[in-house]
Amino acid sequence: MSEAQDFKYIGQRTIRPDGHDKVTGRANYAADLALPGMIWGKILRSPHAHAVINSINTSKAEADPDVFAVMTHADIPNQTASGIQNILAKDKVFYHGHAVAAVAAISEAAAERALSLIEVDYSILKPVMNIDDAISSDSPILHDDLFTKGMVEEPTAPSNVASRNELSKGDIQAGFAEAEVIVEREFRTATVHQGYIEPHACTVRYDEDGHSMIWCSTQGHFAVRATTASMLNIEQTKLNVIASEIGGGFGGKLGVYLEPVALVLSKKSGRPVKMQMDRNEVFMASGPGSATRNRVKIGAKKDGTITAMEAKLFYEAGWAPGSSPLGPACMTVFTPYDVDHQYVEGFEVVVNKARCAAYRAPGAPQSEYACEMVINELADELGLDPIDLRLKNVAKEGTQTLYGPKLKAVGLVECLEAAKSSAQYKAALKKNQGRGVASGFWFNVGGESSVVINMNEDGTGTIVEGSPDIGGSRASMQMMAAEELQMPVESFSAIIGDTQNLPYSNPTGGSRTTFATGMAVVEAAADVVSQLKERAAATWNVTPDQVEWKDGTAINTNGEGVLSAAEICGSAAKTGGHISGRGNISARGASPSFAVHLADIEVDPDTGKTTVLRYTAIQDAGKAIHPGYVEGQYQGGSAQGIGWALNEEYVYSEDGKLENPGFLDYRIPLASDLPMIETVIVEVPNSFHPFGVRGIGETGIIPPLAACGTAVSNAIGVRMSELPMSPPKILKAIQDAS
Amino acid sequence: MTSHVIFSSELQKRTGVRATDVRARDYRSLVREITDRYEGLSPADVEDMSVAINGEIIAEPMLEKISPGSEVHFLYRIEGG
Repeated sequence: MSEAQDFKYIGQRTIRPDGHDKVTGRANYAADLALPGMIWGKILRSPHAHAVINSINTSKAEADPDVFAVMTHADIPNQTASGIQNILAKDKVFYHGHAVAAVAAISEAAAERALSLIEVDYSILKPVMNIDDAISSDSPILHDDLFTKGMVEEPTAPSNVASRNELSKGDIQAGFAEAEVIVEREFRTATVHQGYIEPHACTVRYDEDGHSMIWCSTQGHFAVRATTASMLNIEQTKLNVIASEIGGGFGGKLGVYLEPVALVLSKKSGRPVKMQMDRNEVFMASGPGSATRNRVKIGAKKDGTITAMEAKLFYEAGWAPGSSPLGPACMTVFTPYDVDHQYVEGFEVVVNKARCAAYRAPGAPQSEYACEMVINELADELGLDPIDLRLKNVAKEGTQTLYGPKLKAVGLVECLEAAKSSAQYKAALKKNQGRGVASGFWFNVGGESSVVINMNEDGTGTIVEGSPDIGGSRASMQMMAAEELQMPVESFSAIIGDTQNLPYSNPTGGSRTTFATGMAVVEAAADVVSQLKERAAATWNVTPDQVEWKDGTAINTNGEGVLSAAEICGSAAKTGGHISGRGNISARGASPSFAVHLADIEVDPDTGKTTVLRYTAIQDAGKAIHPGYVEGQYQGGSAQGIGWALNEEYVYSEDGKLENPGFLDYRIPLASDLPMIETVIVEVPNSFHPFGVRGIGETGIIPPLAACGTAVSNAIGVRMSELPMSPPKILKAIQDAS
Repeated sequence: MTSHVIFSSELQKRTGVRATDVRARDYRSLVREITDRYEGLSPADVEDMSVAINGEIIAEPMLEKISPGSEVHFLYRIEGG
């Protein structure tokens, strides 16, 4: 489809099916399951950021009468499995909090106590805690076998630089030669956490017949099955993974931390085992998002035509090479701009921090922050309105991206125009107040999705999807099924299937679920319609093409007769058996979503405290299936981005210990910190989706960094560059300037 | 009629060219054609990459048809959060 369509159910603000259980506390999260005979598992974590493990002595813990099982890295059957050393360290620990051993005991307290009985002998090494140190010539090397990939000449010595990426189009030198104004700046962003409220947790049961169960909080239970089965040499058919209700993920629950450990402990003990990270563990050992050091240089003519854009990006991976989002960072940095000459060079750097995990539009917030800050400064230099400068150079249909393909129809122009005409952009500011504007781009992805729609005897349908519902996808699936079957939304319920009762689906991530799983729903619903028509045709003794499906009923076009879904499904036993539709797809055609945000911020010049006065998020949804959930995603992304910009950062001691692993000291924005975030849904349909849908979950976290960064800079009259722009940094900038 | 294949900066180091024209019916035969043509490029270099055919990104390509006149780009595989 390419034109806007009229819909009967899509676009309505229906009652949220997950809302009641969540607000009443009835929803079952990962830590809510208890099984008969269940015991508790706990992880012993490294007190050092970088150390060699000389020995681990578990004998005292094993002798404790409350302890049922103890394990180390050596107890994982497949020693070559991917990611095994992040599950439990082998010879070396690479970050403060790295898992070293595990116990299962009669109670959580007993397990905690038993950890202290495990003796680990370490030789402490100097930690490498930031990009500058990691790439310096005298830095300790984390991995003796790590040679930089992607270099022009093959390296001969190991390095903390894991890889180098390069993207280019046009002639960057020629582009800068055309420029009449050039702005070049370096920006830094801190290590941040996804900040999901629900900690990682699981309850597992290893059964004697080899069939095992994992109940856990995850964005992708099929991925949990694959990883766990691989590490433990279990056939996938003998492992059922059940995705619990999930209390946030944002990319941080795509990985596996506890499940293989819990299953080994369950096998060793013969008991079901529950494991649950506390908040300290969540901060120390899961996530985080990459810290970065990014330099951007942009040249333009005096009329605002941008002639060249260049970036040099450094992204931390944590300790594990390949864990940073450097690739997408390089690909996204300049995508909002249609500029002939662009060049990006990127480096991934290993440091003694936890292995980085995906975080909402992974890589894009940091790199686009640097670009958008320079664009705003360039607008100032040129004396142009920052939105006008963006519109003059805007990416649109046909723009050749730096990463390759030309863009199809996208909605950035519409977002910029909406921002310019918004009430916020026209409102006057007072003393000590500043405004920032920024754009954001994210690709969105497709991938594999599977859906079954089981039609019940009363004509209602149960949608079984394989995508854990993080942002309201069950409601969207109901609405898309309703649209395709032309039946009321209330006729459908949606549930998340287990790995044993539904075909494979990729994880919920990449803003793919409403797009890709929605396409699978449409396919499954079309399959149901086809079967309903066949059964009606058989009833009337006509051919299926003589039956029309309209308004949720079959109509005999070759004579008289109308049958409802309830009538057809109620007599299914007499016409061929149960009716169910299937949709198993590998979705293509994911289309980008662009956003533009506006931030108004007041700075207290005496303390550096920031107050977000007003915030507007404008984004292209293609087609908003449920506008309420779409607005919620825009607001949630904005809130996370505002936190990233103004407050959030990991703080480490000189010896690499994380000093703020808790929500008191790692401060995400509270509701009381934020104004009501205003939203504008732009709808430029995605021609590859039957209803025009684009993914929308991730883009919203990208613009806040530069929107807030620019607003703060404008409020104090000093160009800030380092995130977070927390009160101490702002106060210092004010004092230095005066 | 041929399709137009445009290599990323990384792949250009292996092919020595920015773009080439290829006569191929589907993705598999396109990969076979370009890896035969450029000694420095092996199937392993592109097997973990996505492809965009006329702007439509395919995460795990194999059987996709390549119609004459198509524009084909190899991309880093994109995942999300």
